[in-house]
Amino acid sequence: MNYWPLLGVAVIVVGFALRFNAVPVVVTAAIVSGLLAGLSVPDLLALLGKSFVSARMLLLFVLTLPAIGLLERAGLREHAQRWMARLQNMTLARLLIGYLLLRQLLATVGLTGVAGPAQTVRPLLAPMGEAAAEKILPGFDEADREELRAVASATDNIGRFFGEDVFIALGAVLLIQGFYSQHGIELSPLAIALWALPTAIAAFAIQSVRIWLYQRRLQRRATALRNGQGN
Amino acid sequence: MLRIEHAYWLIAAFLLYSGWRNLRDRHLWHAAFWIVLGLLFGAGDFILAQSTAGHALPAQVAGAGVIALALLAPQLKRMAHPESSSAEQRLQSAIRLGHMLFVPALLIPLVTLLVALFGAYLAIGRHALFATPQMTLTGLALACVVALFAASVVARTPMHEGVAEGRRLLDAIGWAALLPLLLAALGQVFTQSGVGAAIAAIATDFLPTGNATAALLAFALGMVLFTVIMGNAFAAFPVMMAGIGLPLLIRQHGAHPAILGSMGMLCGYCGTLLTPMAADFNLVPAALLELRNPYGVIRAQAWSALWIFICTFLLMWMLVFH
Repeated sequence: MNYWPLLGVAVIVVGFALRFNAVPVVVTAAIVSGLLAGLSVPDLLALLGKSFVSARMLLLFVLTLPAIGLLERAGLREHAQRWMARLQNMTLARLLIGYLLLRQLLATVGLTGVAGPAQTVRPLLAPMGEAAAEKILPGFDEADREELRAVASATDNIGRFFGEDVFIALGAVLLIQGFYSQHGIELSPLAIALWALPTAIAAFAIQSVRIWLYQRRLQRRATALRNGQGN
Repeated sequence: MLRIEHAYWLIAAFLLYSGWRNLRDRHLWHAAFWIVLGLLFGAGDFILAQSTAGHALPAQVAGAGVIALALLAPQLKRMAHPESSSAEQRLQSAIRLGHMLFVPALLIPLVTLLVALFGAYLAIGRHALFATPQMTLTGLALACVVALFAASVVARTPMHEGVAEGRRLLDAIGWAALLPLLLAALGQVFTQSGVGAAIAAIATDFLPTGNATAALLAFALGMVLFTVIMGNAFAAFPVMMAGIGLPLLIRQHGAHPAILGSMGMLCGYCGTLLTPMAADFNLVPAALLELRNPYGVIRAQAWSALWIFICTFLLMWMLVFH
């Protein structure tokens, strides 16, 4: 067993830990691992180039940018904020938990590409969330805004991840089924997908509680602020 | 017929446009970066076809292009383009247009959804309108074009100004946009170099084999750690299954294969929430949402990941050996 290619992993760990620019770190790690595994330079270049262009779908989100950019210039975020401010019953927690549920249900039926950070979080969920948070805590500053956007993006990820594993005709379930069938264990996709349900429910409950705690933290700060002013 | 390749050509055109605009603005590093990336996207199909036909040269040139991108990336300083509209203008426009602004934004998920659900049945004459592979993503690309058109109608602004706005956002995201592709390529190189096999060999050397619970914990934590390193639970799964899951847990301790597979994979997903290696979920959104801390999204989801992992592990431990 040749253990030297593991140095590529070390390059990644050190590079990310020291907060170097991630792009050269990743490429260096690939070169280090490939060369230490005994790949020739031309083979390594070809492997790098071919795997890079095979992953082009991962840049698809940039196609949303022109439409989003145009709408933001026309006031999309301002409108989302004004609308949220008018909705009396829509609290921050209800907005985020509702989005979590929707995202998870869509992923359960295989529709993971329908929502996402570029498609829904930046143009819609984040500005609505900011407006809902401002209703709770006046003087919601820039650092708070960043935290809120991070929470919105985390909610989007968790909804997606713990929904998609329940869908029978996609990625994870087929990979599991394929692995077992190579090793002589035959399982139906449904039998695998069903066992993702308990975690899907747990993930929904956990993220909902964390959203609710986040909202309560904002409410407490608002109360403290009011009491401070009262004295 | 619409294929995913058309989406790639559209991306290539957008990248080349961004490069050209940066060239005009004398931002030479940005210009070079987006032009090289645009050429890689435009030539992608040719590179893959030649590679399948046994000609390695185009893929090698592409590999050199990837290294060029790595050298250019540190030169891209975060560049704050001046806002193209004032807050006052945007507010006035928001008041004037109202809910109409939501229509194009919602068209992106809606058109994607329609293509995903009904794309397979659409045909002109006897020609299917959408190619089957990657139909949802082809639908997303089409949805973006439809939304841009709708946005230009609603805002009464020409479409090319939307593309210019898009370039402004792309420059703000910068090299972070590239990370998911590079990490996917790194995963391929790791696989070819035997990194996974080496980690599995080390892991199995240190493993407790007698105790079923200890082996299960090693399997679950191994899924998390390996996913953190590789950035992808799909890469971790076969390694951990072949190393621990199949020989120890299933064959020796009689674990239930469906439960072990499904919940083991979900333990890996908890690792995905924790790692910068899963750039498309963790680092790109941070750049897209203009967070100063690139690890802001990971920080926001770390506690959720931990609790979901604990729940999944406990459920698996209670269910898998019965």
